Amino acid sequence: MGKKLPNYISTTNACKLCRPLGACLAFRGVEGAVPFLHGSQGCATYMRRYIISHFNEPIDIASSSLGEKNAIYGGGANLKQGLKNVTAKYGPRLIGIATTCLTETIGDDVATILREYGREFGPEGDLPLMVRVATPSYSGTHMEGFHGAVRALVEQLAEGGESNGVVNLLPGFVSAADLRYLKEVLADFGLAATVLPDFSDTLDGPALADYPLIPAGGTPVAGIRAMGKSRATIEFGRTLGEEEGGGSLLAERFGVPLSRLGLPIGLCESDAFFAKLSALAGRPVPAPHAAARGRLLDSLVDSHKYVSGKKAVVYGEEDLVVGLTGFLAEIGVTPVLCASGGKSGRLTEAIRAVLGELPVAMPMVREDVDFHDIEEAATALRPDFLIGHSKGYAMARRAGIPLIRVGFPIHDRMGGQRILHLGYHGAQQLFDLVVNTLIAKKQDDSPVGYSYM
Amino acid sequence: MRATAIFTERQDQIHRKGEAPFAISCNKESLAGAVSQRACVFCGSRVVLYPIADALHLVHGPIGCAVYTWDIRGALSSGPELHRLSFSTDLQERDVIFGGEQKLHAALTELIDRHRPRAAFVYSTCIVGIIGDDLAAVCKRVAAEKGIPVLPVQSEGFKNGNKRAGYAAACNAMRQLVGTGDTTGIPRHSINILGDFNLAGELWLIRQYYERMGITVVANITGDGRVADIERAHGASLNVVQCSGATMDLARMMEQDFAIPSVRVSYFGVEDMAESLYAVARFFGDDPAIMARAQALVREELATLLPELARYREKLAGKKAAIYVGGAFKAFSLVKAFRLIGMQVVMVGSQTGTPEDYEELQAITDPGTIIVDDSNPLELSAFLKEKEVDLFVGGVKERPIAYKLGVAFCDHNHERKEMLAGFEGMRNFAREVYASVMSPVWRWVPRKER
Repeated sequence: MGKKLPNYISTTNACKLCRPLGACLAFRGVEGAVPFLHGSQGCATYMRRYIISHFNEPIDIASSSLGEKNAIYGGGANLKQGLKNVTAKYGPRLIGIATTCLTETIGDDVATILREYGREFGPEGDLPLMVRVATPSYSGTHMEGFHGAVRALVEQLAEGGESNGVVNLLPGFVSAADLRYLKEVLADFGLAATVLPDFSDTLDGPALADYPLIPAGGTPVAGIRAMGKSRATIEFGRTLGEEEGGGSLLAERFGVPLSRLGLPIGLCESDAFFAKLSALAGRPVPAPHAAARGRLLDSLVDSHKYVSGKKAVVYGEEDLVVGLTGFLAEIGVTPVLCASGGKSGRLTEAIRAVLGELPVAMPMVREDVDFHDIEEAATALRPDFLIGHSKGYAMARRAGIPLIRVGFPIHDRMGGQRILHLGYHGAQQLFDLVVNTLIAKKQDDSPVGYSYM
Repeated sequence: MRATAIFTERQDQIHRKGEAPFAISCNKESLAGAVSQRACVFCGSRVVLYPIADALHLVHGPIGCAVYTWDIRGALSSGPELHRLSFSTDLQERDVIFGGEQKLHAALTELIDRHRPRAAFVYSTCIVGIIGDDLAAVCKRVAAEKGIPVLPVQSEGFKNGNKRAGYAAACNAMRQLVGTGDTTGIPRHSINILGDFNLAGELWLIRQYYERMGITVVANITGDGRVADIERAHGASLNVVQCSGATMDLARMMEQDFAIPSVRVSYFGVEDMAESLYAVARFFGDDPAIMARAQALVREELATLLPELARYREKLAGKKAAIYVGGAFKAFSLVKAFRLIGMQVVMVGSQTGTPEDYEELQAITDPGTIIVDDSNPLELSAFLKEKEVDLFVGGVKERPIAYKLGVAFCDHNHERKEMLAGFEGMRNFAREVYASVMSPVWRWVPRKER
């Protein structure tokens, strides 16, 4: 596990984002939904800017735009006015309302305000659905916000009833390409599924003639409503708490059996996912996916010497870190440091589990760290590359080692939303990326200028 | 289209030149639910002080405020780069309940010991205003303990709802530095450059122009800024102030307290750039050589620039442009710059313009031009369509609106990597506009198919 590192009070270059941002992303993945932040105007603008710089797509996040008076006397009136305005101009099917540190601290009771709003502006049927989630920025990260919003959607919308044979998939925060891939896989297995959230179209849409106030796509509300009738839920996330995400709620309230799996990154975690789907569908892995697995294995053999024994630092959201760590260990890379700004308390255990019997030493695992901590710990470990989102670039540059960009945000390259991480296809792309990054580094560093590597 | 895109409450914030006598409402809080493009008070302070490279910038609040402003500006430094790090107290639930002063003190002490900055700015965020931490008291205590200026920036996000209040808070903090340094050796023909942030090295270019005229620049406020320079800024004879709001308050305070006059300038576009040099030369009229050198400089720069612009103009003539920027002052120059390359401005707006700003905009634009205050994606996209705009100029949040609709775009934002100020900047601007407008990609977008 390595030596204990100092515990700084200040934070430098955080390796996490704030909680409402995660909620906005999740709400954006619901059909006909507008994310709405109850707080000051800046929060919505900052998060839009941050999200736009990754996706290169519009994302309209409404705000109750509280001013000084509202901070003192309460933000209820602004919240209602904001909802009314969004309803009038956006025509949403659903408004996803996330709080901020400001409105949590002044103690606005959003549930009560929404009930009043319903009475004042009802009748019920005419209003968009309102789903609320408490996302105080001073507690947790964007991932708690993301999973919290998913849970709120399920909690406030899902209904029970006779089983409809559908499978719920709660993938967590993955890329638009990942979401498209997951849906393809489910379809190839012949499984009817509800994937929540699904921003594969709403945050990676086509060129259009008209500005999409609410882009097409997203998880249909009817699908969310029916999630209590599904035959099973698959939820990704080895570090998720018992009460986190929507899966445990669907299990407790409606008796939908829950399978919690790791994010299917790399061979073993993908195998577990495909095995689960195989069992649910009652059929073997469809031929194209079995073939993809075969090609992946073949490429691991072809290229194993380029990566064998290389050392990597992995950072980012906890579940992503767990998945990547397992993948790296499988291909013969030694993960030396696994770090996250999150602090679930379950990261070490999850990494131990994902490494299982693989012949690799337990890496140093650090929760609740920033890039100052990560760099301090990493320097002594002399990694060959970093793998994580684009905010590790400064550190990679100083160390003179490559950064392999995955996850969110990718602010210094195009197409972050189209990075595929999951399944056999995702593992193939990640593997080729890792191998070629290391080959390129060796080629560029060599005075010879080899033309065969 | 028109009626549905505009909130009743916002109708008086939009003016169509020539359709009615000029009137526009502005300077008010953003409408809830309207998806304003505005940021907040904290953002205003943070972006103004950001480029001061040898100061520690500590954001006292939950993590978001710091993380969304990490390395957010392309403000270059010729030396230290402390400004490019994102420091936060990362307030947690227990701090919100029991108060964050202790944590702030400990974090400040830790960071000052680690980085040995020349000064520290401590930014207040929404939540700090609510829990009532005494920022000033903590700053005062740390200043005494560490022997450096530690300046509270009272930038609670919800205060007054927009960036302009943040500019004022930033200026108040800087004002505490001005006047504390030694001014010996500063010649009479000296200026401070206020309101340029050295994006892509623009400040270096402007500074070099003034130096070529024989003027000494005492302090850059704040591009490539240094604490010691700001401390002795009161030794300069003139403040040369760019941008509508960001540093105007500081100039005003320096005029009051140190009797330093100021001139307002803009470094965007040929006319305004030249006028920025002439205004300073006129101020130092006692030495006609300065004006002579300014004129020679402008002639020299234009000799190579104008023929190049003419080539772009040939292709761009008649194309339509829309402008939406933070401060309106930048929009004035952009209107003129577009004219220089033959393009017609059909829409212009800003997040934080004043009545005087909009008056000026309506004076310099063509009839039919839409003038808008504190707009949003709904309106902006409707205006782009209605006016059949060929190119939109704005920031990060405006870019996807243009691109989604298949409209060319020029990035005039905080993080840009291309110089747009100065004569060199006008060349880059024309190049960027040309490169985007003339790209073959537009021929396949749905907008062109209809």
